[in-house]
Amino acid sequence: MSLRPHDERMVMPTPFAPRVAALCQTNDWYTWAGYTTPNTFEEVGLEYFAMRNATGVFDLSPMTKYRITGPDSEAFLNRVMVRDVRKIKPGRVGYTVWCTDEGMVHDDGTIFHLADGDYRLCAQERCMDWLHWSTLGFDVDIADETADIAALAVQGPTSCATLRNMGLSGIENLKPFGIATFPFNGAELLVSRTGYTGDLGYELWIDAGQALPLWDALFAAGRELLIRPVGSEALGIARIEAGFIMAGEDFVPAEQVVRHGRARSPFELGLDWLVDFHKGPFTGRNALLKEQREGSRYRFVILDIEGNKPANHSFILDKHGRTIGHVTSAAWCPTAKSNIALASMNMPWGRDDDEMYAEIYYNRELAWTRLLSRCRVRRDPVFDPPRRRATPAQNL
Amino acid sequence: MTDALNKGSYDTIIIGAGHNGLVCAAYLAKAGRKVLVLEAASQPGGAAATREFHPGFRISSGAHLLTQLNPGIARELGLASHGLAYAARDLKTVALAEDGAHLVIDGASVSGVSASDAAAYGRFHTQNKRFGKVLDGFFSRRQPTLVDRSWDDAFSLLKLGWSLRRLGKDDMQDLMRVGLINIYDVANEHFDSELLKAAVAMDGVLGSHMGPRSPNTVYGYLHRHIGDAWGNTGPALVRGGMGALGQAFAAAARGFGAEIRCDSKVALVEMQGCRATGVTLESGETLLADTIISNADPKTTFEKLVGHPSLDAGFSRRVHNFRSRGVSAKLHLALDALPEFTGLDGALAGERLLLAPTMDHIERAFNHAKYGEYSQAPVMEVSIPTVHDDSLAPAGKHVLSAIVQFAPYALGQGWDTGKQAFKQLALDQLEQYAPGIGQQLLASELSTPVDLEREFGMTGGHWHHGEIALDQALLMRPMPGAHQYSTPIPGLFLCGAGSHPGGGIMGLAGRNAAEAVIKHQSNGKERAA
Repeated sequence: MSLRPHDERMVMPTPFAPRVAALCQTNDWYTWAGYTTPNTFEEVGLEYFAMRNATGVFDLSPMTKYRITGPDSEAFLNRVMVRDVRKIKPGRVGYTVWCTDEGMVHDDGTIFHLADGDYRLCAQERCMDWLHWSTLGFDVDIADETADIAALAVQGPTSCATLRNMGLSGIENLKPFGIATFPFNGAELLVSRTGYTGDLGYELWIDAGQALPLWDALFAAGRELLIRPVGSEALGIARIEAGFIMAGEDFVPAEQVVRHGRARSPFELGLDWLVDFHKGPFTGRNALLKEQREGSRYRFVILDIEGNKPANHSFILDKHGRTIGHVTSAAWCPTAKSNIALASMNMPWGRDDDEMYAEIYYNRELAWTRLLSRCRVRRDPVFDPPRRRATPAQNL
Repeated sequence: MTDALNKGSYDTIIIGAGHNGLVCAAYLAKAGRKVLVLEAASQPGGAAATREFHPGFRISSGAHLLTQLNPGIARELGLASHGLAYAARDLKTVALAEDGAHLVIDGASVSGVSASDAAAYGRFHTQNKRFGKVLDGFFSRRQPTLVDRSWDDAFSLLKLGWSLRRLGKDDMQDLMRVGLINIYDVANEHFDSELLKAAVAMDGVLGSHMGPRSPNTVYGYLHRHIGDAWGNTGPALVRGGMGALGQAFAAAARGFGAEIRCDSKVALVEMQGCRATGVTLESGETLLADTIISNADPKTTFEKLVGHPSLDAGFSRRVHNFRSRGVSAKLHLALDALPEFTGLDGALAGERLLLAPTMDHIERAFNHAKYGEYSQAPVMEVSIPTVHDDSLAPAGKHVLSAIVQFAPYALGQGWDTGKQAFKQLALDQLEQYAPGIGQQLLASELSTPVDLEREFGMTGGHWHHGEIALDQALLMRPMPGAHQYSTPIPGLFLCGAGSHPGGGIMGLAGRNAAEAVIKHQSNGKERAA
């Protein structure tokens, strides 16, 4: 068996590492899925506002990427995923989650339907073993192309204009969750109108060998449009603002759960809309039907919290001070000027009119303060601008 | 859920008229269900079959000795009134020695060994009978689940716990100890005679991909000896061969109103939405029913009839990993005369004969199987039913049936080339114990596990449809998710040897399944998908 990249080195640089390292003034790194990734480049606020007001670029290369081909690829994915994969037409991307037999979420990710019978699955976590076990009875090939494909998220109101400047003509006509390809430097550049920021934005996918030319062309095209590299901290604020969950934060991938009962189902993550009981068999169906009949244990909510102290790791209390849930992600969201938390509430809590308080602790020069801040359930994410969906895209 | 227009006149379809399918059909028909049993072969009975393998010579082509038939089932189904008759009961076991110094086991007593061994065997037998009574409690009911259990399951667990407790401290400790070790160590703890140890060990490894030193062999022994707890002192021979028992089961099922259609091989379980709604035969005919019960082995049921894509991936992997590769071949001989075994009183030739001199011999024979080879010196369980039953061969002639181990299903060289050579090795073994048997040979036939798979539709040619081992036993048989006779597919149930408590022409899997189906329906647990 040939060596895979991580056989030689435990933590790898991404294909953009030379550029990323040169720009990473904070020298503030962490390991994401076996790759060195910056938390910040310069200052988290600058990066966040670049993403919201101009263009932020995030190195997405560590994202796990599986190429799924073969005559049964569609049927295979339809059996793995809770949603009806047949409805994701060629040239389209679909968000999805996949579950264990017990209906607990392994991970969430996106399916790229590249061509008839040719798919790419992008996920936060590695899941080759699970996918491989799921191939029993299907004529399908799965290749891990994580290391072979370099990827950038290009997000923000000037992202479309930046890509046009780069020569991607007609990119403004690409619909949300659409895929287009463009020739680039003798290779093929794949662009999807997808992202993790809840805004107008794109993701660029290219052969790893073309990573540096792509980075250079992109930054040259975006210079006038205030393009800026973005680390995971800024992206983290943006995704909370947009109401997107994250594996390892808002749920523990079912395969990594050690203690019984700590995983979450799609219903418990607010993803009811994904689950399709009419499409035929899929892994977890029986368990999810049972959950639908008998009720879930938790309710996923977006909470708007009074004040401006982020409610990270807070318990949510009822008016008697009893614990009724806890925060899984939280941030002060600058654009929305809101204090937002994603939370997992014990059933039946988290209803629209429930009286709930976040127990927030913060420390100012060794003085701890405990706040009980009133929370209200939000039905929609706090950041959801019309330009996110508009086609042709805003072309500033 | 089924379309009323297309619906047949049956509410229950059972796939496979093997003994468990017939038992299940009988109990369900008795309870008022309209049952249709579909059988691939041209006669019902499954591996309880009698077949002519040489003009005028008939043999039990699958199971040949009846050790585990549950007497309650035999009584409740009135098998005797449906034609079941025994040619012999409570056969002795003769462990043959090449030099003629055989030993004979008859229930709790054994002759041909030292007084201390004889006494030890008596104690061993009696203790195992007590263990058997506990197992009987486990075997005769649906196994409880450990999580999400109902009051019913809790009650079962309580009862089972109590039956263990009632054994007393010493026995309970011993059962929990030996249950997890191997028959080699247990036999050495009790006995001095190598031949006696080997005879005991054979009962732990017959039908299993295990040598005496393999774990699970004590459980295998106890499973095989469950008949002791029901009052047998040895195996029985069915008059007319095992096929007569198959016919009796079929007659009983018909007697209660079940219909049996032979030459009707099921190709697929039909699904509507995600629920089983019927079956399609190889002929293309589709038959609908609310309840589909598969007596086929779990691999056939889930991999071929249902298909992995209709199952959850984790469950489908458990099905894939279910161990069901047989290691037992059947040798059938047509003999001109009764063979003479060195030093054996002719009156004992009709008993159960074992060709296994020592435990090490068995272990070495097994070693080959681990590497995809057949044993160079196979061990055998031999029966010459014609000593007790003249219906199987012309007057004065005999048939011999033997289980020959180890003959791994996945033989490295393939059975096309291996079969003849292995048969010769088996004949050579017999020749050593019964010099001259070769000259008496009129015809011979070897059924390898591949042949048995073909003849009886059992995956791997495994007569229990899957290894009898603790990881595939009791509340884990055949696998979590399908262990209470229901399956992840609503409307589809299991009733075969692959389910608790296993095969061996016991009938309990079929009866327990019928009870589980009735309970399931009356609880209204079943919900349309």
